[in-house]
Amino acid sequence: MNKKPAIEIKDLSFAYNGQNVLEDINLTIKEGSFLGLVGPNGSGKSTLIKCLLSLLKPDQGEIRLFGEKLARFDSWSDIGFVSQKANSFNSGFPATVFEVVSMGLYGKVGLFRFLKKKHKEEVRNAIRQVEMEDYMNANIGQLSGGQQQRVFIARALVSKPKLLILDEPTVGVDAKSVNRFYDMLKDLNVNQGITLILVTHDVGAMTEYVTDVACLNRHLHFHGDTKEYEEQEEDMMSRMYGHDVQVLTHNHDHPHDHSHDHDHGGKHRD
Amino acid sequence: MELLQQLTFLERGIIAGLIIGFICPLLGAFLLVRRITIISEALSHITLTGIAAGVFLSQTTILMGMINPLYTGLIFSLAGSLLVEKLRQIYKHFQELAIPIILSSGVGLGAILISMSGGSYNEWYNYLFGSIVTVTLGDLGFIAGTGIVALIILLAFYKELLSISFDQEFAKTSGMKVTRINFFFSLLIALVISMSMKVVGILLVGAMVTLPVAASIQLAKSFRQVVVLGILFGQMAMIGGIYFSYHLNVATGGMIVVTGVVILILSAGLKRFRKGLA
Repeated sequence: MNKKPAIEIKDLSFAYNGQNVLEDINLTIKEGSFLGLVGPNGSGKSTLIKCLLSLLKPDQGEIRLFGEKLARFDSWSDIGFVSQKANSFNSGFPATVFEVVSMGLYGKVGLFRFLKKKHKEEVRNAIRQVEMEDYMNANIGQLSGGQQQRVFIARALVSKPKLLILDEPTVGVDAKSVNRFYDMLKDLNVNQGITLILVTHDVGAMTEYVTDVACLNRHLHFHGDTKEYEEQEEDMMSRMYGHDVQVLTHNHDHPHDHSHDHDHGGKHRD
Repeated sequence: MELLQQLTFLERGIIAGLIIGFICPLLGAFLLVRRITIISEALSHITLTGIAAGVFLSQTTILMGMINPLYTGLIFSLAGSLLVEKLRQIYKHFQELAIPIILSSGVGLGAILISMSGGSYNEWYNYLFGSIVTVTLGDLGFIAGTGIVALIILLAFYKELLSISFDQEFAKTSGMKVTRINFFFSLLIALVISMSMKVVGILLVGAMVTLPVAASIQLAKSFRQVVVLGILFGQMAMIGGIYFSYHLNVATGGMIVVTGVVILILSAGLKRFRKGLA
């Protein structure tokens, strides 16, 4: 395990409207790993990703991508991103699959330039890679959710990134396609050496595919390989979600069933 | 230069019309996919204010006598475009407010300036509804100049504008300077609106930006097709409009727009026909 880190996050905190969303996050992700970033809804997963991508500015801490400080990092074509909101575009948008995937190269090609033959071949290859070649000239709005998701992955892959970040990519994808989708990610990781970060709240299915797991709920509760994670899973889940449960019971002022059994004589009558 | 001076009034008008019929749909395609075609209405009205200011100044000061009011129109249009962007940021959750605010301020201020400038009825009629026969050589120079600048911006940012229109977040993560590009886009809209003023007129300029792409999106599957068909329809509307207005002796601006509407209806019909076949 002497691989270089793709991402280093040090003491990162982020507050939104005065409320802490992320606190003291320290996380190093090695090149070549396939990390599952899990946590309940509202746990700050997407916020952390947005900080990594420079879409949000953290209040504290430091981020390095491939050794370079985020402020100075400029090889954005090394990073592919598939957003949670990727398929919330206007479904009437007049763009073909080919055009959408081309957008993944636009940042790389530069101003005043248009796609050359070589670029167009790269676009076609990326579309083949996600097995959407039969839909090359189809309108993006007319595809199913799962097909659109594949197109957005092709858009992220076309610039040949070293790191691919997927934020809840299986939302809106039918159950049948999900496993096929994970297989494809695994293939990218194993056979092409792309470092992957998969953000999900669906903990079950993903552990079969990822090499590492990080659990986030405002704090980073766990980071380790899949084996360690599976050993500690139960404990970890209760630690991570337990915090939430307590808050909930507190707010609603419901006596805990549990405490009722044990509290003989009503010690906590107030 | 001599060749330019030998152009008849009609030839000047036709050249101006073809330039406008090319650039307007090109811009319109981006306004369409960003769902802000309505911005052309706000900017055309603020351009009227600028023209009124130009006419007023040219009558009151000696120095300004030589300035073509189209230039003051352009300055107001640029300011208006940037203001719309600013208002959209201020009213983040009510972005559509920016348009009526700018539009009504423009018309209000314009009405005052027009009443002060005392231009002839005919002159204002031409600004409102466009007049191809009054395109001077100076006007043609203005239209060609702004047209070239607009084309340069479009060529520079074509890919970027498309990517931002489709998915702004992704455009940012692919390393694009979105704020800077949006600033140039604001300039571009202002340029195109003020360049079209003379030929189609303030009240009809929105039509040249909207109608050709409204027709092309009926038939297009790709963004590229929206652009190419839009330009084709724009040229057809221009040539058809000028031809019929000349022969029927009616207002050119109006005839151009009506031709555009006919093209729109035909393309909608063609779409239904195609669907029926499928």
